[in-house]
Amino acid sequence: MALLATHNLTAHYGDFQALFGVDIEINEAETIAIIGANGAGKTTLMRSISGVLRNGPEMVRLEVAEIGSAPADEIMAQGVSMVPEGRKLFPSLSVEENLLIGTYGRKIDGHWTLETIYDLFPILKERRNSPGTALSGGQQQMVAIGRALMSNPRVLLCDEISLGLAPVVIKDIYKSIPKIKAAGASLIVVEQDIGQAMAVADRVYCMMEGRITLSGRPDELSRDDIHNAYFGASH
Amino acid sequence: MIWIDTLVQGVLLGGLYALFAAGLSLVFGIMRLVNLAHGDLIVMGAYLILVLVTLLGLSPFVALLIAMPLMFALGWGLQKFLLNRTLGDDILPPLLVTFGLSIVLQNALLEGFSADSQRLPTDALTTASVSLGPVTVGVMPLLTFASAIVVIVGLNQLFYRTSLGRAFRATSDDAMTASLMGIKPSNIFATATGLALVIVAIAALYLGLRANFDPSVGPARLIYAFEAVIIGGLGSLWGTLIGGIFIGVAQTVGAAINPEWQILSGHLAFLAVLLVRPRGLFPRAHD
Repeated sequence: MALLATHNLTAHYGDFQALFGVDIEINEAETIAIIGANGAGKTTLMRSISGVLRNGPEMVRLEVAEIGSAPADEIMAQGVSMVPEGRKLFPSLSVEENLLIGTYGRKIDGHWTLETIYDLFPILKERRNSPGTALSGGQQQMVAIGRALMSNPRVLLCDEISLGLAPVVIKDIYKSIPKIKAAGASLIVVEQDIGQAMAVADRVYCMMEGRITLSGRPDELSRDDIHNAYFGASH
Repeated sequence: MIWIDTLVQGVLLGGLYALFAAGLSLVFGIMRLVNLAHGDLIVMGAYLILVLVTLLGLSPFVALLIAMPLMFALGWGLQKFLLNRTLGDDILPPLLVTFGLSIVLQNALLEGFSADSQRLPTDALTTASVSLGPVTVGVMPLLTFASAIVVIVGLNQLFYRTSLGRAFRATSDDAMTASLMGIKPSNIFATATGLALVIVAIAALYLGLRANFDPSVGPARLIYAFEAVIIGGLGSLWGTLIGGIFIGVAQTVGAAINPEWQILSGHLAFLAVLLVRPRGLFPRAHD
């Protein structure tokens, strides 16, 4: 049984339908990448899984539990944590406080603690008392990833973690992915940077206009397959 | 000498206004909710303490200890089941609902207690005074001021030294992202309003010990609280104390010049600050 799966997932913003029957699944200790152009529905998919957008309960399952209609705080408590697009650090909290907020109201056992987060991103320890938003974009992304990890999630959703960052910084951020995976989390990585996504993923889903247009292992997919799924066959 | 006394009395009066304002500042700071029923809740708190004093024969200070958890529960329920429904991008619904709540509270108190003025019973402590160098001050104003300091220090400790405080600040910054971190914003908001009403109970004690009150005096307390919060800078707790002191001193100085100018002086001082510093003396950096 898949650890987390969506079944015929749909999502709407008012009258506008953004997702059309999306089916994806992720297994224990697996990393999957969701790729697609702007407006393909990747972030909407993440928002639907994380509880920001509420759906029918059966549309998202965490093992046997139907969580599609649960609010974000309950989904997080069940082990699905999110690194949101744009990082969304809390400006009135320091770096360390931003990290600690990931453990609010819970006693959490697991690999990820302040110390292991600081081992993963040593620069954060040096900047622990700085306001989170005073850091560079890359460092802010490290805080956002660390904050999500502090709850020791079973599934970590990473929404566009390379967005707006310099290539060298993106490389540093992506170096942490295998370590996070090794610590036991499954990852769903949403990316526009196809190269980065293919490098870390066990499987890839490509989205276009709210639908899954391609899926498979990175080594099974040709450039043409991806190009067609990304932009449509007519391009 | 008279002017020193006037200033000292003004500063101590500012403590009472800071207590009126601290709960309002807390609620606004966390959820940007302007509670127009805040003054009436203070008056309701004074009646609650009066009832406990009358029925159980308690000292008002002991009655406060019972009133505080009751007011917390009231605030928690009020926010969770009513005010949370009004929160959103539009600031009008919470204003309208709390305005309606203000009217409901005034009329309910009028129905329950009549329009007669009431006062909490005083004892030797509440009428005592002490000499501080060249000036003599009442023990009650000193206690009021000390309570305001304790409340504001306590709130600051809560905000910056506890996980609940972190959750308050995170939810205030971005409720949706806070919920992604496992925080339930509706419960955080309810806890904040519960806490605000505990402070309201403390303010109510000193209101009832210091002066007469009746069901109609709430809106005037709201105005003083508003002015203190806005002078201090929206959401700043220490700013709220400074704002309260500013109004208190303006009022006592105005009264020393002409007793009829007491209230007017406070309002004029408020307007003067608004002209010079429209965002108050200590505005929050993130607003």
